[in-house]
Order: sequence, then C-alpha cells, then structure tokens
Amino acid sequence: MTHLPNHNHDPSIATIEVKNLVVHYGPRKILDGVSLRVFPAEILVVLGGSGCGKSTLLRTMLGLLRPTSGQVLIKSKDITRLNEDELLEIRLRTGVLFQSAALFNSMTIEENVSLPLREHTALNDATIKIMSRIKIGLVGLSGYEDFLPSQLSGGMKKRAGLARAISMDPEVLFFDEPSAGLDPITAAGLDDLILKLKKTFKMSIIVVTHELPSVFKIADRIVMMDKGLVIFDGTTEEIKASSIPRVRQFIEREPEGDACQTGQFLEALNCG
Amino acid sequence: MVRYLLGYIGRQAGRAVANLHQAARLINQTAYWVTIGSFKKGVRVGSLIHEMTAVGFNSIPIVAVIAFCIGMILALQAAYQLRRIGAMVYVADLVCLSIARELGPMLTAIIVAGRSGAAFTAEIGSMKVAEEIDALVTMGLNPIKFLVVPKFMAMLLMLPCLTLLADLTGMVAGGVIGVASLGLDAGVYYQQALRAVAMKDIIGGLVKSLSFACIITLVGVHQGFLVEGGATSVGERTTSSVVTSIFLIILADCFFTTLSYIFT
Ligand SMILES: Nc1ncnc2c1ncn2[C@@H]1O[C@H](COP(=O)(O)OP(=O)(O)OP(=O)(O)O)[C@@H](O)[C@H]1O
Ligand SMILES: [Mg+2]
Repeated sequence: MTHLPNHNHDPSIATIEVKNLVVHYGPRKILDGVSLRVFPAEILVVLGGSGCGKSTLLRTMLGLLRPTSGQVLIKSKDITRLNEDELLEIRLRTGVLFQSAALFNSMTIEENVSLPLREHTALNDATIKIMSRIKIGLVGLSGYEDFLPSQLSGGMKKRAGLARAISMDPEVLFFDEPSAGLDPITAAGLDDLILKLKKTFKMSIIVVTHELPSVFKIADRIVMMDKGLVIFDGTTEEIKASSIPRVRQFIEREPEGDACQTGQFLEALNCG
Repeated sequence: MVRYLLGYIGRQAGRAVANLHQAARLINQTAYWVTIGSFKKGVRVGSLIHEMTAVGFNSIPIVAVIAFCIGMILALQAAYQLRRIGAMVYVADLVCLSIARELGPMLTAIIVAGRSGAAFTAEIGSMKVAEEIDALVTMGLNPIKFLVVPKFMAMLLMLPCLTLLADLTGMVAGGVIGVASLGLDAGVYYQQALRAVAMKDIIGGLVKSLSFACIITLVGVHQGFLVEGGATSVGERTTSSVVTSIFLIILADCFFTTLSYIFT
C-alpha cells in the first residue's frame, strides 16, 4: 500500500536522510520505521493528522530525542550517535522555528535574533547589530527591534522566530506548524517568506503542517504520515491524483468514519 | 489488590530512581560548568549580574525586616526567662549566638528559597513549556551553562552576604529591644555581644549558608527541568521546589548542628 517514491534526485546528494526511524515514548511506539530524504534547495512538507508523530519526527531529526533504532543522516553523519559536542557543528548549520516561536521572553527581538551570533561567532557588536537588523528586515519586522516578545502578536512572533532561526545563515531549516493559529493572510505571508528563503538562500526546508492551502503553495515534495508510518511520498500533483484512501480522505477533508453517529442520535431522539 | 499496591510502589520507586538519576546528571554538569567550564569558556557576566540583583539585592528588604523581627522576638523571650534569675545582661549572649549560629543562616535560606528558588523553577519550567529550552539546545547553547550557572554563582555569592546582613540586623534588633524596653545599657549590650560571639560562630553560619545555596539552586532548577506539559505543571513543580528546598535546608542544618555539637 505504501506509495513508492519516484525521486528525480540522486539519493547520494540528500542533505538529510532518515532511515527506518523507530521512536518510543515509554512503552508507546510513536514512529514505526519512518524513512525519508530531503534534498538541497527543496521544500519538503510532512503532512499528517494530529498525533501521528510529526513533531516527534522533527524532534528526533533535531537530535532532541534519541530514537530506539534507525538513523538520521545529516551531511552523511548519523546524528543519533553523536554526542553534544559533535552535534554542535550541525546545530550551527540548522535553524528551527518552533510551533510556539519559542522566543526568549526576557530579551528584546533584536537580542533574540543576535543571540546565536553573539554566542557562536567572534564578530564585533556593530557587525552583529547590522546582521541581525538585516534578518529582522527580511521578515518585515523593522522598527520592532526593541520590542519584547510579549508585545508582539502571534504572527509577528512567528516571524521574529524565523529571523532568529536564519540568523546564522543555516543550510537546513525546520518549521513546526508555521501557520497554525494565524489568519489566512498572515499565513500566506509566512508562506511567501518561506519560498523567498528557499530562492535566495538555497536552503533545504522541512515544514511540518496540516494546513492544506499552504501545503500546495510551498511544497516541492510531500511526505504523508499516518500512525507512525509514511504512507505517501511524492509531489503535489501526485498527491492530488493519489488513490490511497487515507490520503484522499485527508486532502478532501472527510471526517473520520462513524466519528459521530448523527443518524442514530436523531433516530433515538425521534423514538423518545 | 496486593498486586495493584505492589505495582504502585514499583512505579513510584522507578520514578524516584529516574529522578535521582536526572538530579545526579544535573549536579555533575553544573559542577563541570561552574568550575572547569567557566575557566575554559568564560561566564556570562550580564546574566550573572542580573541574577545577583534578583537573588541578592532585591531580597535585602525582606531579609532585613524578618531578621529584625526575629531579633526582637528572641530578645523578649530571653528576657522573660533571664529576668527571673536576674541575669538580664545575658540577653545579648542568647540573641547574638542563636542568630549567628542558627537563625541567621536558616531564616535567610528559607526566605530565599521561597523567593528565588521558586522563581528559578517557574522560569525554567515556563521556558520548557514554551519550547524555549529546546530552542536553546538547537541553537547550540547548553541550558546548564546558559541558565543554571549564573543562578548558581549568584546564589553562592549572595546568600552568605544576605546571611551576614540578617546576622547584623538581628543582633541590632536585640540591642534595640534591650535598650528600649529591658533597661540594658547600649554599651554593655555591645561588649557582651562581642564577648559572646566568636569569629568561628559567624564563619560556621556562612559555611552553612553556602550549602543552603547549593540546595536552593539545585532543587529549584531540577524541579524546573522536570516540568512537563503546561502551566499546571509549572505551579505544581514550584510548590514542590519550595517544600523540598525548605525540607532539605532544615535537614542539612540539623546535620551540621549535630556535627558541630559532637566535635566541640
Ligand atoms: N512528551 C511526551 N511523552 C509521552 N507521549 C508523548 C509526548 N509527546 C508526544 N507524545 C505522544 O506522541 C504522539 C505523537 O505526538 P506528536 O506531538 O509527534 O504529534 P503531532 O503529529 O505533532 O500532532 P499535532 O499535529 O497535533 O502537533 C501523540 O500520541 C502523543 O500522545
Ligand atoms: Mg506537533
């Protein structure tokens, strides 16, 4: 039933390769052998219902969670076997935008954005200031440098989080639900921003989401997960033409069968 | 029923062991980053000053007021007993000794556990809930170095200072009561206090306060990292942080006092 991926890419140039990842939370198996590849300058969207393990996959790919078995190869290094010091080098080349933006509340936007630069580079203050202002400008937040995160709206926080994620010019960028909780216009703005980043910086971008409109707009390739398994891997056109029932159900937004038995309930009412 | 009970005990024990394991790792890493790590990679001076202000400077009023009250209470209670045997001048001995050895360090530690220990847990806990700790890690910043070390150092530096302040305020308060309502002469109180309190009493108190500083920071921070889920968990962990700190502080004090009683 699994759709075999038809890659136009040579597997050896993959930026990230996930092989047979199995992850448990205590005794519960969350991921059951997930494999996928991310190529340079590509936006890969990971799609799937709530609770199917998307965030878990992301956290494992970031080295925040150790898998039970399987590999995560980033630049041909298996990050699940590296210790924190060895991971550092890879972490400096990846940026993450968390679901809740995860800005540091006690710091201003500019301090948030410049933090990685201040901690990991030997640049002087003036250069750091210029560099972080460029990134803040790129996400359209010029003028808000001295605001605290609590003074920003949800969409602005996401954009500030994005500015921080790209402050070190990463090669790989991870997004966990970038448009969740945003209005359609703001969400579309964020999608444009993601596309712009891919075009200007040639980043590999992994987006976890279940917002269909934004999926079709930004995705180069889509991986769909269900119950800890990859059930689809292909392009936007392929997913629209797919005949896998679970995939169809997802893109046509059909409810779970028998989720609420309205008919029976009404019948019972009529009889009573 | 028995199986249920055994299962429950087993799960609790398992959780306790896991907690202990985590705490040991935390202590290990903190020890590394406070000593070797801070020589190799430096300390975040800005954060240290910020934490020192929060832990030390901002606690001055409450510590001073409470120490003053305790000094007064001690003086009055001592006078009550000493008046009957006509040895009022020993009020100074009683007040100053018990404050320097016991009440100064312990009271200060308990106040700071309630103020700063709870704040540590709440801060780290809410950072964990908001994925900020994960963000730190993915940015290649060690949460221990970044968050724990400034708190730990600030606590080690400030708690002894606050303890000295409490000692001094408590002793002065005893003197004020002595002069104002017990009819003692200020000079006599001063001379008597100097004779009663030896340097080793004060230093012993400060050594205790250093160990209390370790307890408050490690418990506060550990409980913060244990937060899972949402705001309820932050609240629960904060309560548990204060209760555990105070319990361990009193236990440690008990241990130190017994030790010094045996060896003197
Ligand atoms: N810290 C945790 N401890 C135990 N179980 C967890 C933990 N985090 C997540 N889970 C479980 O793992 C499963 C997958 O969670 P995950 O967060 O990866 O889902 P998701 O696909 O990101 O869902 P959503 O789209 O709602 O964010 C869920 O069933 C959840 O109950
Ligand atoms: Mg999620």
